[in-house]
Amino acid sequence: MKKEINMKWNRKDLLGLEDLTREEIKMILDTTESFKEISTREVKKVPALRGKTIANLFFESSTRTRISFELAEKRLSADVVNFSASTSSLSKGETLIDTARNIEAMKIDCVVIRHSSSGASYMLSKKLNAAVINAGDGTHEHPTQALLDMFTIREKKGRLEGLKVTIVGDIRHSRVARSNIWGMRKMGMDVRICGPKTLLPVNIEKTGVKVFYDIEHAIKHVDVIMALRIQKERQGQSYFPSIREYSKLYGITGERLKYAKEDVLIMHPGPINRGVEIMPEVADGPYSVILEQVTNGLAVRMAVLYLVMGSKTKEVSA
Amino acid sequence: MKLLIKNGTVIDPSQHINEKTNILIENNKICKLGKNIKENGCEIFNAKDMIVSPGFIDMHTHLREPGREDAETIATGTASAAKGGFTSVCCMPNTEPAIDNQSVVKFVLGKAKKDGKVNVFPIGAITKERKGVELAEIGDMKNAGIVAVSDDGNWVENSALMRRALEYSEMFNIPVISHCEDKTLSEKGMINESYISTVMGLEGIPREAEEIAVFRDISLAKMLNTRIHIAHVSSGGTVALIKEAKTRNIKVSCEVTPNHFTLTEQTINGYDTNTKVNPPLRSDGDIQAIKNGLADGTIDVIATDHAPHTITEKEYEYDNAPFGIIGFETAIGLALTELVHSKVLSLSQLIEKLSCNPAKILGFETKGTLKIGSDADITIIDESKEWVVDINRFLSKSKNSPYHNRKLKGKVMVTIVNGKIVFHDSVEESK
Repeated sequence: MKKEINMKWNRKDLLGLEDLTREEIKMILDTTESFKEISTREVKKVPALRGKTIANLFFESSTRTRISFELAEKRLSADVVNFSASTSSLSKGETLIDTARNIEAMKIDCVVIRHSSSGASYMLSKKLNAAVINAGDGTHEHPTQALLDMFTIREKKGRLEGLKVTIVGDIRHSRVARSNIWGMRKMGMDVRICGPKTLLPVNIEKTGVKVFYDIEHAIKHVDVIMALRIQKERQGQSYFPSIREYSKLYGITGERLKYAKEDVLIMHPGPINRGVEIMPEVADGPYSVILEQVTNGLAVRMAVLYLVMGSKTKEVSA
Repeated sequence: MKLLIKNGTVIDPSQHINEKTNILIENNKICKLGKNIKENGCEIFNAKDMIVSPGFIDMHTHLREPGREDAETIATGTASAAKGGFTSVCCMPNTEPAIDNQSVVKFVLGKAKKDGKVNVFPIGAITKERKGVELAEIGDMKNAGIVAVSDDGNWVENSALMRRALEYSEMFNIPVISHCEDKTLSEKGMINESYISTVMGLEGIPREAEEIAVFRDISLAKMLNTRIHIAHVSSGGTVALIKEAKTRNIKVSCEVTPNHFTLTEQTINGYDTNTKVNPPLRSDGDIQAIKNGLADGTIDVIATDHAPHTITEKEYEYDNAPFGIIGFETAIGLALTELVHSKVLSLSQLIEKLSCNPAKILGFETKGTLKIGSDADITIIDESKEWVVDINRFLSKSKNSPYHNRKLKGKVMVTIVNGKIVFHDSVEESK
């Protein structure tokens, strides 16, 4: 399969979608199409990144993102080293910058970083010659998640421009929501956010989203509903009185889907709290693309890895 | 030894002097002011084209000793202060251990006597270990040499305790300096709460966390008819509260740091931990309100809140890095550039906020003035000298400054403490 991409990728890193142009986002999504097919083959491997070394630094626990990146790297034939620490490097007395200097000394080509501190990937990218891919930093950005979300929507609907999407839940603490807001707005989507006011960050409307507190109003005639994970500890911090009340007010139930468009897509970045932010009949129902998001995540990450690691030619041969 | 400072423009707001004249220093005191002082037997400093001012007093600094000598010591901190034109500095009690009893006060004063390049005046804690639970031994500390009390870094949340602190301190005629921050509202915040905190994914500190605290403290000062000094004002709303309180003759005074009239939250872009400071950098609107407050006299004092942190600490992630910016060596350059050259304040008004006003608040009768017989603490500046900030030339042990490579107009040329030249720009520059 061959696909012409009439543009060159000029960035060392992928840190967030706030910085990207519409054309760059489109380029990643187009490149993803070429890579998606690889995972359907008998032999799920291409030599695109043979000889490249990638370090996956996960300073915060993650299952699906870490596995998705690692699989993407291996399917591109890169050499992979994994570093997982449940605590930040701070507790060991080593700063993130120390860690970065050590990595640099090992001549690594690319670092994939997940960290609980916003801006950690920015700090790293300034200190490294290697490419840096942000796999989620604090409550700042999670660009590959938003890219896979947009890829999934585009694949299902054939376009992004003009579609209505509602993101429901804890926007305040969500890097997924922030990256999606940047990306979807740039791609011409009508983005709505909905959740209790306590879980919406200040001045979020300045990003161009419409703000709703009422779920039924928020999802009226929308093409896509994206539910975010509610962390149970937020209850103790009085962001809402109880999980029960949250679920009653904002849970995506089968009953509520009638307000949305008939062919609405149901999305969730995972992991799901079944019965809290999304009811099982919806998560497993006919409109749900939650598992396809996971499949596409792999392809998106292959595309991103390929692009940042010196795709010398303008065409993708996969 | 006699020292004659010749040909400079002497500005002393305490005596309404602003003219070309000469100053004679003898026996560590200001001995004579006038154009016809005999030069016999005098060491002479030619201050031609320079401004000669009462020595600057920084009423809000962190010298980190005892406890964090890796970030700053009394020796390095006071050398940095001297270079910045400060002849006296008041050090906050958030040391390890805290300055909350007379023995720590004596330790600091002993170190200062041995290592200090400028006068050091300790500020005692309001409460034991700055925990906001029980009053510290303020009387004992006053006898040992403190000039004010503050739990800087913490607001005394308990209103009854703060009431008692204000009443108790009044007996010793020392000001209570309040770090106004309702931490139940600022929570884990680290930058101004706004669109920028939302986009960067950094928890915000709303202005109201400061204003709520300021309002309570002003209310207590009114109720008790005692003095209160509000540390490091950052919000336009605070300026309005203090301005209004002053019209009602409530005994409130306040200070602002150069950071809060120079930088906005826009500087944080890129997650530079050297911009992490408490209270946080706010918006253009706040800076404008602060400048108006400086001009109309609402804001009495410019203080540095010099807060040294090691390079290692500032290399942590933004949320794990400590709050604080060092301030001694950039304060005067920033004040002249941002306030005097941009016509917010006259030079005389600036000098008032750097010397006379802090002296008044702290009850220093022989400092912050060039009256005959006062201490020979003098700062000499060249208001139009242009220079570029270079953190590698700082005398502070720490380098945590967001002003590296910033062009400034106005520089400290000579600092004189107790009649002795402790900093000379041309000597330092030749190193």
